[in-house]
Amino acid sequence: MTVTAVLFWLVAGLTGGSALMVVLTQNIVRAAAWLLFTLAGTAILYFLLAADFVGATQLIVYVGGTLVLVVFGVMLTAQGPFLTMKAGAGEWGVATVVGILFFGVLAATASFTVWPTTPPDRVAAANSPTTQQLGQSFLGATQAMPKANLTGYPPGVKPDLRREVAYLLPFEIVSVHLLVVLIGAAYLARAKRRREVAA
Amino acid sequence: MASFLTERGLPPVLAGFLIAFLAAVVLVTFVALSAVFFIWLERKVAGRIQDRLGPTRVGGKFGWLQTIADGLKLIAKEDCIPADADHFLFRIAPYIAFCGAFVAFLALPFGNYAVAAEMNVAVFFMLAVMSSEVFGIILAGYGSGSKWSLFGGIREAAQVVSYEVPRAIGVLVPVIVAGTLNLNTIGRNQVGGIWNWYVFHDPFTFAAFFVFFTCGTASCKRAPFDLAEAESELVAGFHTEYSGLRWSLFFMAEYGAMFAISGIATILFLGGWHLGFLPYDLSEMLGVSGSFGWFLGNVVNVTVFIVKGWLLVFVMMWVRWTLPRLRIDQVMMTCLKYLLPIACVLLIGVSLWQLVVPPNFRDYFKYMITAVSLTALGIFLVKVLSAAPPKGMIPPSMDRWTPHPAETRA
Repeated sequence: MTVTAVLFWLVAGLTGGSALMVVLTQNIVRAAAWLLFTLAGTAILYFLLAADFVGATQLIVYVGGTLVLVVFGVMLTAQGPFLTMKAGAGEWGVATVVGILFFGVLAATASFTVWPTTPPDRVAAANSPTTQQLGQSFLGATQAMPKANLTGYPPGVKPDLRREVAYLLPFEIVSVHLLVVLIGAAYLARAKRRREVAA
Repeated sequence: MASFLTERGLPPVLAGFLIAFLAAVVLVTFVALSAVFFIWLERKVAGRIQDRLGPTRVGGKFGWLQTIADGLKLIAKEDCIPADADHFLFRIAPYIAFCGAFVAFLALPFGNYAVAAEMNVAVFFMLAVMSSEVFGIILAGYGSGSKWSLFGGIREAAQVVSYEVPRAIGVLVPVIVAGTLNLNTIGRNQVGGIWNWYVFHDPFTFAAFFVFFTCGTASCKRAPFDLAEAESELVAGFHTEYSGLRWSLFFMAEYGAMFAISGIATILFLGGWHLGFLPYDLSEMLGVSGSFGWFLGNVVNVTVFIVKGWLLVFVMMWVRWTLPRLRIDQVMMTCLKYLLPIACVLLIGVSLWQLVVPPNFRDYFKYMITAVSLTALGIFLVKVLSAAPPKGMIPPSMDRWTPHPAETRA
């Protein structure tokens, strides 16, 4: 057992526990607070696995953005002091079925994937320019590919790197999608101009 | 250090935990002690700017023990939770805010080799962690069950989420020059003369420094952007209902975040731990890794870095006590109408500068911008320091309250 392994199990347990609390809490903002621990725990797991960039992105997108917006929305829209909601039996049933199915998909994916068995080297990861490779593959540059360390392939199988790693098209689609969302949000939120009635 | 411990028979797990614990203790002590110093400094600076003395009595001269006295008072205060508050949220909110400010220090290099965890994406990590600090403030505002707190929380959410965008773009400008997000590498790149500091690199980084520092001040909710607190409108904003130690945690978080922002600004723009006139890194110049000279060089580096950070924190205080608070619409307009477009232009500008402008001209420009701005700074400092006190004003002594001549006569 290394430090990383000990911390991994500890943080994974805490993350799972707080995820359970998110589901069981009826007060929305309390659920958001538990979600904070879940998301931060996931980010810590990424850091422990030497995926610094993914971990930091997780924090800035979900904790700094999404969670703040959840609470902000509740503060702006709630009628009473503390908003709670109770799920009915039907909703519990649907949620349980969907949850079990989703868990099945995740478990199947995890068991069919061939995982690398060597633990990640934190020091090497700290010094390797992973963001550079990421950016280049987003832009479709294939020269960087032989160095990109792909996981999820059985040993001996050489993936078609050009197709798998060059993410230019999805990157563009996501960018345009974000732009559309931004313009839509600005349109919805803009102040409605009142027409002056001629006297 | 890990090998030093394991060679003496300590299991690797324990050695790892011990080192992590030591690093955490050193960082917590630094954050807490600099908060103590900053609170005293803030009182003193505020006093001088408002033409009074600030603390003078506690601890003999200069009131230097004032913060300790404040701390004792806060510990002795009753820790009340309002009956209408959401107890769970009310209790955890200060810890979330403090964690957000403190964890950022993990990736902040104080010197070439003085960093708790060297990260490939250090500056991104720091921004990400500090953006989660706001969540604690919002929870405090929501969980207090008070109108004033709720208003403070809403303002904080709107303000910080907006200012994060130009702040991140402002960070990207020197990152494009450096070609890395690793703060250690960015610091190492600025070795040598003062003209190698990124703030003097080109007109775009020069402007980006001010954009970043403004957004940093706003994201620490410091005046003129302290809308979440706004004691003249909202009693005390998000911390109206807090008292005692929980209240002081918010202030530890605020002062910690101020130093963290100043630290990022120091490394990205102001040459990090470099003195600005030595051609080499001091720790590498004085000896090989592990020798006494290397250690000494590191101590000097860390000191230089901390002094630069403190100077920026001092500027934040100076701004706070000089400028009046903006209205919330002015705060949002400053961000979305001015800072955000300026930051975008700077980002495009610095990319073009790196790609298009010939290297000779870039060097020439670097020396010119350094000379001009240092001269301007020098003239400014001479003017400020040599300014005569207004006619009829008695120059007050720094450490003791001197009665006005009119009072002694009476």
